[in-house]
Amino acid sequence: MLLSPALAISAVLFTLGVAGVLLRRNAIVIFMCVELMLNAVNLTFVALAQRLGIGGQIFVLFVMAVAAAEAGVGLAIILAVFRHKQSVSLQNMNLLKD
Amino acid sequence: MAIASALLCITRRNPVSSALWLVVTLFALAAMFVLLDAQFIAALQVLVYAGAIMVLFLFVIMLLNLGRPGPTDIKGPAGVAIAAVLAGLLMFQLRVLGSAPPPDAIQLPAGTLAELQTRQGMVGAVANPLFDAYLIPFELASLLLLAAIVGAVVLAKRKL
Repeated sequence: MLLSPALAISAVLFTLGVAGVLLRRNAIVIFMCVELMLNAVNLTFVALAQRLGIGGQIFVLFVMAVAAAEAGVGLAIILAVFRHKQSVSLQNMNLLKD
Repeated sequence: MAIASALLCITRRNPVSSALWLVVTLFALAAMFVLLDAQFIAALQVLVYAGAIMVLFLFVIMLLNLGRPGPTDIKGPAGVAIAAVLAGLLMFQLRVLGSAPPPDAIQLPAGTLAELQTRQGMVGAVANPLFDAYLIPFELASLLLLAAIVGAVVLAKRKL
């Protein structure tokens, strides 16, 4: 697989992730869109690692570790918020406003 | 295929179908990693993302009983317009950045990575620098995961 189609697919996936974060109100779906963006970046790293050395593949491992940590803590926060509000819609998370 | 399933992922109303389309996207990405000479990363992608993280997501959706289709959570026309404009702008910038290839001076000759993988093995080619030049980031990642475990348990406890 060539470099430029991989970079193009990665750009489209990252843009879709951003659009998802901007469009949705469900906190869990927004988390999934963040995962989608991280994966788009992983694709860029792997595509460039083919020409610029193995370091890109190493960095993908670190991105995966950070993504796993982020998913665990984020879902725990969503659980805690759901217990208070009985909802995961971000419209209801305005506690800091008042 | 990755793009189509990602599009379905952000437009489905039901969070469960959204999550399942994300799994399809992740598998397509793993296939692309194989095509890009990163077989070990592709295996990790399937194990960690499509396995562990998506099970976590589906488990939380099940725990919160969000599986039934409710009112849509997609924002109204104004939100769609703003998101489309911002996403279009970002897409334009990314394409401009991506169209400039890395300079030839820093590029390795074609086939260097494949040669390294046949010499050291698929896993060895990744593991050697990981435990050598990247040892300190590796240890820091383990600390980060430990902190995440403790944080998740504390946050999810019923009474703080």
